[in-house]
Amino acid sequence: MSYWRAILLVAGKDLRIELRSREQAVTLLFFALLVLVVFNFAFDFTVIDFVTLGPGVLWVAFMFSGVLALNRSFQNEREQDRIQGILLAPIDRSAFYLGKVAATTLFMAAVEAVLVPIAVVLFNFKFNGRIVLAILALVLNTVGFAAVGTLFSGMTTRTRRGDLLLPLLLFPAAVPIALSAVKTTSHLFAGHPLSRYASWLAMSAAYDLIFLAAAVLLIDHVLEE
Amino acid sequence: MSPGPRGKPAPGGFVPAIEARGLARSFGVVGALEPLDLTVPAGESVLLLGPNGAGKSTLLRLLATLLRPTSGSLRLFGESPGTGEAAMRRRIGFLSHQTFLYDHLTGRENLLFYGRLYGLPDPGGAAEEALRAARLEPRGGDCVGTYSRGMQQRLAIARALLHGPDLVLLDEPFTGLDRESARHLESRLREEAALGRTQVIATHDYGRSLGASDRVLLLRDGVVALDRKAREVEPREIEALLDGPAPADPVRRDS
Repeated sequence: MSYWRAILLVAGKDLRIELRSREQAVTLLFFALLVLVVFNFAFDFTVIDFVTLGPGVLWVAFMFSGVLALNRSFQNEREQDRIQGILLAPIDRSAFYLGKVAATTLFMAAVEAVLVPIAVVLFNFKFNGRIVLAILALVLNTVGFAAVGTLFSGMTTRTRRGDLLLPLLLFPAAVPIALSAVKTTSHLFAGHPLSRYASWLAMSAAYDLIFLAAAVLLIDHVLEE
Repeated sequence: MSPGPRGKPAPGGFVPAIEARGLARSFGVVGALEPLDLTVPAGESVLLLGPNGAGKSTLLRLLATLLRPTSGSLRLFGESPGTGEAAMRRRIGFLSHQTFLYDHLTGRENLLFYGRLYGLPDPGGAAEEALRAARLEPRGGDCVGTYSRGMQQRLAIARALLHGPDLVLLDEPFTGLDRESARHLESRLREEAALGRTQVIATHDYGRSLGASDRVLLLRDGVVALDRKAREVEPREIEALLDGPAPADPVRRDS
């Protein structure tokens, strides 16, 4: 089996399970919506400039709901020791990891696809004709968060309180991607030219590459007992 | 190809299927398996016995390359698992206490998924054949979460044997099976043995498997208490070893 087919197979399996069980979709979306609504009540956006706070609010919602997705991602493999079945298969274990990253990215992207239009209405946000750049920023930062999160999720699900441990490990490591995501989104909201935030986009891309490469190298040790 | 223990063709020729030297595993300070020397010729069927906590599952997981030994070496079909690991894993079929099955996928989808993971040329055909062999064809389209424990066990066995592994490692394969399913599994394992596949089967139900095995390996507290040809072992001897005190020294193979 080719490396890419193995990635697609693992991601496809997770998506099929999700489409059938709908375990994550409802929880993730509801949780993310709740975060948005809570912030909407907490801050008076008629007084506070949304460009200042909005990006942070959006990414808090994305990342908090992402943690829920990440917790389920490996927990599902640990139940019934399914992960052993995967580890026994003659595929590269990094392909399994990348399949998991792809599935988590898609779950988070689905939440973002619903949440962004709601935020547009709720916070009176305007894209200023930069939809492609907004999508690029969402993709780069979501992949980065999923990449580092999947690695930590693989580590923590073996521990007794892995669901509690995951955010404690993940959020400090995700500070660069959170910072980059919020800064890029702020510039997009403010309608600044690309030259003002190209370096943030580049940083997100670099973060993705570094964490994906590191995880691919480390995943054997992470998954091993 | 050289003949196996029953004159059957043995994949791998004269190269032993399993060659362990001083193989040991501990979890922290707890020694799960004391240093073990074990050579299993290709095509041999080994019945692995022992009380709970004897080290049977640890040994099987070491042989399946799912655990790394704390010390010692392991060679499967003449190769160290570390060298050609993916290719090596293709030759192993492993059933653990857990089924490895996804509740929200159907029986057919589970087998298809594993068939594709193993790169089978016709995963769909292999899945259908495995469902037939497990007598689960009528329920193949149902989610595994709706199966009874016995049905899940039959499907888990089908999954373990789906890719035609040369080395079959089964941990308590009779768990949850009714009498008919257990008989069916016995005949299936005989068929697999006749194909020259090496089998290591851990069970508490030794009465059922003794006659179909070439060799008995009994562990007590991570130490080999008995290693002998199956036809030379009396059931009461096994009972005495299972119920009696653990051996002070490991037993060397005497036949």
